[in-house]
Amino acid sequence: MKCRKCGEKAAINMPQHRLALCKEHFLEWVPEQTERFIRKYRMFTRQERVLVAVSGGKDSLSLWDILWRLGYQADGLYIALGIDEGISYSAESQRLTEKFAAERGLKLHIVDVERETGFPIPLLAQKSLRGQGKPCSVCGLVKRHEMNRIARDLGYDVLATGHNLDDEAAVLFGNTLNWAVEYLLRQGPVLPEEPGLARKVKPLCRFYEREMTAYALMRGIEYIYEECPFAVGSTSIYYKELLNRLENERPGAKLTFYLSFLEAREKGLFREQTQVRQTLHPCPSCGQPTSAPGLCAFCRMVEKVSEKKALAS
Amino acid sequence: MTAKLVLRNREYEVKSGQTLRSALKEAGILPESVIATRQGEVITEDEIVREGDVIKLIAVISGGAEEMP
Repeated sequence: MKCRKCGEKAAINMPQHRLALCKEHFLEWVPEQTERFIRKYRMFTRQERVLVAVSGGKDSLSLWDILWRLGYQADGLYIALGIDEGISYSAESQRLTEKFAAERGLKLHIVDVERETGFPIPLLAQKSLRGQGKPCSVCGLVKRHEMNRIARDLGYDVLATGHNLDDEAAVLFGNTLNWAVEYLLRQGPVLPEEPGLARKVKPLCRFYEREMTAYALMRGIEYIYEECPFAVGSTSIYYKELLNRLENERPGAKLTFYLSFLEAREKGLFREQTQVRQTLHPCPSCGQPTSAPGLCAFCRMVEKVSEKKALAS
Repeated sequence: MTAKLVLRNREYEVKSGQTLRSALKEAGILPESVIATRQGEVITEDEIVREGDVIKLIAVISGGAEEMP
């Protein structure tokens, strides 16, 4: 297989685009396409300050690398979750993220969940009795809250995450199976800012996960290869596997699924539901918007575990 | 006349002389779920697997994290 641009031996084939590229041209193509998506979906400009949520994984580190190469003002945010599970998962992720930032002279903010809430994620989930034995929902809640807090407190214009097309297609698949209209309405490359909520963008949302892995490998980015120990057996991974089987038989199926959804949404498929959207109220403790009056879910959880801690001591 | 595919800590012995795509099929691995490397270089699925080759497969799927993959 030959590179379409130079005719040399190809390193990657992307049947959904009918495109094969050598290493050199693939490493050019990914940032070019990212720039195209940033402009197409009006994510941010070079004058705006971007906070990139980095986990030490291939997608978020690649995103940070690409934005840096494209000349955007992009700083990193790493949230130390305190997940060990015998493989020092969080410690290793943090080490790789710090190494990445230091090698490129980039600014990295670090938030320690244990310092902020009194407990690392697994214990926080246990103490708060949320998530039915798995810490994933608590982890999501904490990350959403902390990402927004840092973006807002430090004056960033936009928060960027490394979600790729497989992540998006898996979420879309799950929400479609359940016809979760409120979630479908909010899924997209850009979630606009609202009072108290930073704008969220996903510049990699049109790249297959396979392409992002290839980018990280070819670029020589050292990332955490091990999956989060709590993600093993998760529904999102199951959906990704199902979609990959479909993709194998019908190249382009994942891309079409996602892009057709965006087009349908743009045409007003969920228009009626927009009129019944909830009013948001500021949380009296942290000030972040919440759907019901009173403390937000994050502050309620922290209050609950703090009370238990005080009673135990 | 065999070669090896290595995915995480598991080894799959496959026939050499076939394309990587066929070798992956023989091992029951979806091409979409891996990136293949030979001697550190990323290779495409139409490459012929040679006798004695050790092809390292990098799993591409990550998940479970709602907000920060």
